[in-house]
Amino acid sequence: MNREKILAIIEKNSRIDLKDLAMMLDMTEVEVANEIAAMEKEQVICGYHTLINWDKTSEEKVTALIEVKITPQRGFGFDKIAERIYNYREVTAVYLMSGGYDFTVIIEGKTMKEVALFVAEKLGPMETVISTATHFVLKKYKDHGTKLTEQKKDERMVVTL
Amino acid sequence: MRNPLSSKVVEIQPSGIRKFFDIVSEMKDAISLGVGEPDFETPWSIREEGIYSLEKGRTFYTSNAGLKELKVEICNYLQRKCNVNYDYNTETIVTVGGSEAIDIALRAMLDPGDEVLVPQPSYVSYVPCVQLADGVPVIIELKEENQFKLTKHELLGAITPKTKILVLPFPNNPTGAVMGKEELEEIAQVCIEKDIFVISDEIYSELTYCGDHVSIASLPGMKERTILINGFSKAFAMTGWRLGYACGPAVILKEMIKIHQFAIMCAPTTSQYAAVEALKNCDADVAAMRQSYDERRRYLMNAFKEMGMDCFEPFGAFYVFPSIKKFGMTSDEFATKLLEQQKVAVVPGTAFGDCGEGFLRISYAYSLAQLKEAMGRIQKFIQSLQKEDE
Repeated sequence: MNREKILAIIEKNSRIDLKDLAMMLDMTEVEVANEIAAMEKEQVICGYHTLINWDKTSEEKVTALIEVKITPQRGFGFDKIAERIYNYREVTAVYLMSGGYDFTVIIEGKTMKEVALFVAEKLGPMETVISTATHFVLKKYKDHGTKLTEQKKDERMVVTL
Repeated sequence: MRNPLSSKVVEIQPSGIRKFFDIVSEMKDAISLGVGEPDFETPWSIREEGIYSLEKGRTFYTSNAGLKELKVEICNYLQRKCNVNYDYNTETIVTVGGSEAIDIALRAMLDPGDEVLVPQPSYVSYVPCVQLADGVPVIIELKEENQFKLTKHELLGAITPKTKILVLPFPNNPTGAVMGKEELEEIAQVCIEKDIFVISDEIYSELTYCGDHVSIASLPGMKERTILINGFSKAFAMTGWRLGYACGPAVILKEMIKIHQFAIMCAPTTSQYAAVEALKNCDADVAAMRQSYDERRRYLMNAFKEMGMDCFEPFGAFYVFPSIKKFGMTSDEFATKLLEQQKVAVVPGTAFGDCGEGFLRISYAYSLAQLKEAMGRIQKFIQSLQKEDE
């Protein structure tokens, strides 16, 4: 029960003080630290990342979402093919999908050309890949449950109570 | 020129806490923990329904007592949450906030000189509304040693032959106190024996942190003598939509609707359409807000413990009500000094009745970052007081 509560909070803010977390959940700091360490070991917690709006930096970055159709072969199922795809450094995410195609592959690169070349040279030619469709992300409005576009301000006024 | 004013109105005291917050708005870097409304925005699906109703051109009055669809949902909701069964047609009215419901309930039920029992500390409107309705407010002072719950003995001690109504404000603003089923049963028994009606203000019913809210209207023999008041402001973070409701015996509701009809016409149409969505599909949003409040509540309780501030644990609403008695100052002095020296605004307990002396109301409808900063400042303030003592 506490596990899920810890996860719900650090999923939104992984940099929260251990002490604050303990106070919010009526636990001791040691208990929280142990629980987190256990979850890291069990790979419930797989990493701590930072949500960055790269558009606000000078760094050039493009993200593409690629629909990939494949033909699974004997002794060479989805998982094996996925592994061959996700091991590329350029690939940031691979999901097995239901519906019209098999994998969603998310690729980050410096330029559209770089991404297109990756698809043409690496992904497309794989023997199990039947087809790919590349969609470039033009603007991110919301990512990981966080709105990237707006600043919130407290607009509450003073009323009697 | 003649005096243009009603002496009845002039005698009513305005709420005395404005001065603090007028200072706060001028002060740079001040943190206010004074606001009594959710810091969350209204869940989007509710706002979306409001927008849609405008797009569809639903810009007309609804019937006086409210949109049928909404009244039906209110009755379903009360059945589901509080186990009370109301008729949408004769026992339900949609009002402009819970505040209007309090006002028209009192006006519908009081004759001049009737006494109304008002437990304090509590919301600032009850006493003035009783006075405006020509009733006589009789204060019951709730005690910290009872966790600010109303006890049977306190109730019995305040009843006179003129007592007509008990206002029951739980979960409570400002103390955060809640009353459980057994405690309510004792109160219900007295009300039935002494033939007293209850106006149960349950606006914070969704914000309880130790088991579900119990409505006194759900107890045997109480539905026929209770006006249950609730609304959308706190549960669904809809304060600005101004929407509440009251349910109760048809004979009283009929007269409440009459006052409402002449004074208000009907509650805002857009808000009513939006509220249907709130009751139908927003349980998960409410649960998420409740969880967040609970985390902050625990955080504050632990922060107080650490800094040596006494505070009973509140299990409802979004307020904590710590005691400052050991610092040898009045609530007003403490709050003023805290604001001057550390720029943190809290509300002196006396704003909610004389028996709030020695306490502060601190709202946790603020982000954890704000609460953390404020607790740091309060700790510094307390340390400086303790140094003065040495």
